[in-house]
Amino acid sequence: MRKRKTDRYFKWALLFCTPNIILFVIFFLIPAVIGVWFSFTNYNGLNRLDFIGLDNYTRIFSDSEYFSVLLNTIKFTIVNVPVGYIVALGLALILCNDKIRGNSITRILIYWPTLLSSIMVGVTWKWLFSESFGFVNYFLIVAGLEPVKWFSNPVSAFITTIVATAWSGCGVNMLIFIGALKQIPVDQYEAARIDGASPWQQFRVITLPALKPVSYMVILLSIVNSFKVFAMPLTLTNGGPGTATTYMIQYIYQTGFERLNVGYSSAASMIMFVLLMIVSFVQTRLNAKSERE
Amino acid sequence: MTIRHTNALKSVVSLFFAVIWAFPVIWMILSSFKPGSELFSYPLHLFPQDWTLANFEKSLGSFDFMRYTMNSLFVTVVASIFTVLFSCMCGFALAKYRYRFLSVFFMALLSTTMLPTEIIMSPSFTVINVLGLYNSLWGCILPAIGSMTGIFLMRQFFVSVPDDFLEAARIDGASEGKIFIRIMFPICASQVAILSIFSFRWRWNDYIWPLISLYSKEKYTLQMALRSISASDSVSLDWGLLLATSVLTMLPILVIFVIFNKKIMSSSMSSGIKG
Repeated sequence: MRKRKTDRYFKWALLFCTPNIILFVIFFLIPAVIGVWFSFTNYNGLNRLDFIGLDNYTRIFSDSEYFSVLLNTIKFTIVNVPVGYIVALGLALILCNDKIRGNSITRILIYWPTLLSSIMVGVTWKWLFSESFGFVNYFLIVAGLEPVKWFSNPVSAFITTIVATAWSGCGVNMLIFIGALKQIPVDQYEAARIDGASPWQQFRVITLPALKPVSYMVILLSIVNSFKVFAMPLTLTNGGPGTATTYMIQYIYQTGFERLNVGYSSAASMIMFVLLMIVSFVQTRLNAKSERE
Repeated sequence: MTIRHTNALKSVVSLFFAVIWAFPVIWMILSSFKPGSELFSYPLHLFPQDWTLANFEKSLGSFDFMRYTMNSLFVTVVASIFTVLFSCMCGFALAKYRYRFLSVFFMALLSTTMLPTEIIMSPSFTVINVLGLYNSLWGCILPAIGSMTGIFLMRQFFVSVPDDFLEAARIDGASEGKIFIRIMFPICASQVAILSIFSFRWRWNDYIWPLISLYSKEKYTLQMALRSISASDSVSLDWGLLLATSVLTMLPILVIFVIFNKKIMSSSMSSGIKG
């Protein structure tokens, strides 16, 4: 009797999940498996599809274009993650106090850009940084400085992608930090003040340790987001000048869809996937270690 | 310095950041009302000296804005309805039944975070193509329906619903399907609202799936159209058209945000959903 009852629920449980299981298999699992297979072939998107073993991988590891794009992506991640973290945490510290007039409206205004599409963020900043008659250059001229050819120089073009990402992305992380800050008991700070701790000491000894768990989440997510940045720099700098701000997803797209080098681009995808796995593995280990301490 | 003074100073600091963050979009909106002569001449003025709707007329007139809007709207609405419904069903099952396949599926869903669609664009295209969805709006609807975040949001909610609810209804002889439709779906109305809002934004702003699955111009969504304007080289780039179209494209999101900002921000704070 009991068995039959459970079986009846099983059918329902399966039914409730069926749509998502089908979607998962068709649009995630199958593409992932095909991607691995493609990476061992010379598939060109049309007619050629021969197994060529590790050829794509051996070629890619001696491809200087691939490495420069990989380096760009890593550089972007290394700068973007700490910048995003510091901006979001700084804003959270400034804006977490509800009693300060203006804080809640400022939070709304900082959160707003996170709702814009990557293309829109790219357009917004392309307009501000525009080399002819852009606002940023006008501001520099008024301040008595030289205007900058933002998109013609690799370093300044890189800076524009970092600024646009920090502006558009930090709202969510700021809110997560504010949520965590509000969980810290006030009496901890009071006790520290009585002991004569400076604001910096209070921050280091009380605030930062309390934010550790959310910090792990925020950092992991921003690493993943930095790795998959695509439409924003595509719109903002078009990957230029040259390939100075071409990041990995744009490279994978161009190799696969424009040069029809699907096998080769799949190999680049798989390397990207392995990198993401390593990052998340290291993060999980660090997180587990810090929780044990 | 008294506390009142410090608080006033803190308000000024707060205002400073508000201005910095709001400025880029405000600048874009105000620029879209400027004629070409003002867009490209110094000195720049914050407000248009000579307000004009010419850019918008161009966007709505010569540019096929209405068609792209209808495409975007179709994709967004249809995909969001399915996302909400399927996420709700799946989240309920994950929270309220104990079977091995459910925990396996849950782990599988979590793994999707590590392999975003962006990375596997080529094989995704192959799948779209084989299914005959290439150059069809369904090609950017179907793959986008499954949402890990949506399922997770719903599961979290149903975990907090006491099992007694379910047991009581079962004792009354209601079938699982009836329980879901009559009891469970109505009580998660607030989650449904949040997920609808987020899903609307995700689909409205989506670029990846339209890029993979749409080919001809009359199938373009607004994001594809924006990209196609902005992709022209700096000499022939029509900034007036681009600015006006960008402003029109973000309008629905702005309206939703003005109405629901409290709801959006509080759920973003508690769950870390990227807006």
